[in-house]
Amino acid sequence: MVLPGKSNGGAEVDGTSRRNFYVVAIYGLWGAISAALGLPALIYLLFPPKAKKGDEWIEVGDIGRLAPLSPVELTFRRTRVDGWKVISEKSTAWVVKGADNQVTAFGPQCTHLGCAYHWEEGKGQFLCPCHTSLFSSDGKVVAGPAPRPLDRYQTRLNGSKLLLGKLQEAPHPEKKS
Amino acid sequence: MRRRIRGVNDWVEHRTGIQSAVRQFLYEEIPASSGWHQVFGSVAMFLFMVQAFTGALLAFNYAPTPGDAYNSLRYILTELTGGRLMRGLHHWGASMIIVVVVLHMVQVFLYGAYKKPREATWMVGVVLLLVTLAYGLTGYLLPWDNRAYWGTVVTTQIAGQAPVLGPYLSRLLGGEGAIGVVTFARFYGLHVLLLPPATIFLIGLHVFLVRKHGVAPLPGDEVKPKKKFYPQQVFKDTVAIFIAFAILFMMAVAVRVPLEQLADPTDTSYIPRPEWYFLFLFQTLKLFSGPLEVVGSVVLPGVAVMLLILVPFIDRSQMVKVTRRIVALAFVLLAAIGWGGLTAAAVRSTPKEAAAAAVDYSGPTDWMQLSSEEMVGIAYFRKENCVSCHAIGDQGTALGPDLTKASIHKDAAWMIQHFKRPSAMRPGTSMPPIQLTDAQLNSLAAFLLKLNEKNATALDNAPDFAAQGALLYQANHCGACHMVNGMGMKIGPPLNGLSKRQSRSWVEDHFANPQKMAPGSIMPPYKLAPKDLENLTSYLFALPD
Repeated sequence: MVLPGKSNGGAEVDGTSRRNFYVVAIYGLWGAISAALGLPALIYLLFPPKAKKGDEWIEVGDIGRLAPLSPVELTFRRTRVDGWKVISEKSTAWVVKGADNQVTAFGPQCTHLGCAYHWEEGKGQFLCPCHTSLFSSDGKVVAGPAPRPLDRYQTRLNGSKLLLGKLQEAPHPEKKS
Repeated sequence: MRRRIRGVNDWVEHRTGIQSAVRQFLYEEIPASSGWHQVFGSVAMFLFMVQAFTGALLAFNYAPTPGDAYNSLRYILTELTGGRLMRGLHHWGASMIIVVVVLHMVQVFLYGAYKKPREATWMVGVVLLLVTLAYGLTGYLLPWDNRAYWGTVVTTQIAGQAPVLGPYLSRLLGGEGAIGVVTFARFYGLHVLLLPPATIFLIGLHVFLVRKHGVAPLPGDEVKPKKKFYPQQVFKDTVAIFIAFAILFMMAVAVRVPLEQLADPTDTSYIPRPEWYFLFLFQTLKLFSGPLEVVGSVVLPGVAVMLLILVPFIDRSQMVKVTRRIVALAFVLLAAIGWGGLTAAAVRSTPKEAAAAAVDYSGPTDWMQLSSEEMVGIAYFRKENCVSCHAIGDQGTALGPDLTKASIHKDAAWMIQHFKRPSAMRPGTSMPPIQLTDAQLNSLAAFLLKLNEKNATALDNAPDFAAQGALLYQANHCGACHMVNGMGMKIGPPLNGLSKRQSRSWVEDHFANPQKMAPGSIMPPYKLAPKDLENLTSYLFALPD
């Protein structure tokens, strides 16, 4: 906003101070209006929606015959709160039985830019086709631009049935050197 | 530092000329008589900007299709921080802008500011008024609740009545046949895509014309030195804008804008009413009937708009001194009285919201606390006309004992035996046996055991649909799976708060085919007669949260 500093000629002291009052009032009132509109608008846009009930555990399948170090992609349905909707959507997880018989379930998206990666049987690694990030079978970054290991689902076993919880970042993100 | 800022300013000025344009705008010369009476135009423009701002924010979280519209608006109101405020600002801003635009017109009219050479300014202004009303009309549908739906049904039907153009108009509005996705898309498109650019163009034209001809002077202005627009008049405009905004903000915070139930085309009990500023048209419509109806709905409003546009050509006198404009003053006064009278009549004729469908939570709610069993007891109490002999507190005849007195309450088994054969339990009583089954007598006993002096009013207050609904609830053994007011089983969801979770039509469809509405549900289908369905749903919807 451009504001001429001086009044337009011949202003007396009284006139100048009244003029100053006008200018200050104009700025002050518009400032108050802008704040009263702008702050709630920012809160409205930036605050997350009030929390819905937490994710439940979803049974994704029987992993009794899962071979060690040979990841399989399991598909399951889950309900998710999506804005004003609760949607039932298809989701997948890469499930690996590690050398120590620990079962890990990775989220299906590359940690670089969210592409879907897949298991390269020959290499024994996960490959993301977008920017050739490579991950080992325990989710660690082997090569490529991915900034952190693959995200993991919380897991729980019920006999040989695998249950998945929330998707979380891997516990110990490693810095690539 | 200061030199550098000036350097940047000079650079921008040289490339764009923005500074001299702003200066020219602010240092516009205005007549010496200008003052507080000329603030309304600025306030209206400010309110338009508030509407555009809050409207855009609402649109960020809004799905413009029927059904989803309702859910997303509820999401804005209940899940988002500040959502209720944004909707409140947009809702009350719409009403406020109408008030301010009308005040602006009245001021211009009284001061004769539409006279030569300002006829075009006035006519553009009238078009802006119509555009403002069009926002109100199209925005009314967007919440897609019962109010929105039924209000729009009436609107599109009226548009369809217009001579010659009617059928085309109603086809344009997508209102042919039934109100649905097409109507919704058209209204939304008008509201957010077509009207805003049209408004911006018209405001631009309007302001351009005001500037071209200058602010209308009063007699005597020609001999006084002119004033500058900035800062004195800008200050007055700003103060007026601030007051308007403060009122708007307080209303948005304090006055809750209701979101009614999801639009329900099968709801025959809903009584639609237009927004308050259209009530006078609604009432005018009622003055005409039969083939003359079109006079009230289309012809009269059309003529009024034409007259309004032609005002500068009807009043061709030179007089602009307000106190001498007797005819103009009288006209404004008559218009205000006419508008006020019609609006008041419309408000008076509007039935209380307690109509069958909507439950009036401001009225007595004692009966809502009763269990379904006790409510069934009320139904039998009424059916058997117990009050013909018994007193309930100070009501009814005192032939038999006052049933609110705890001292006469025995246990349920005794009471049932007593109902069946009164004389066996109380020798010498004149009470006749009650011809009901054991289960029915059980309900009656449950209610009477609950009855005391404090809750006796529930007997009078419980609406018929609640008693009938409770009878159906019991006859269909709903309580074997569901819970009402803490009584019943938990196999299905508790039914308190159902009205917050589902729409009426959803619940009614759900009775007929639960699996279709809620896949995986184990609830068996219930074929109910339409009247029963209505009573049962109303009863369930009336339960407290």
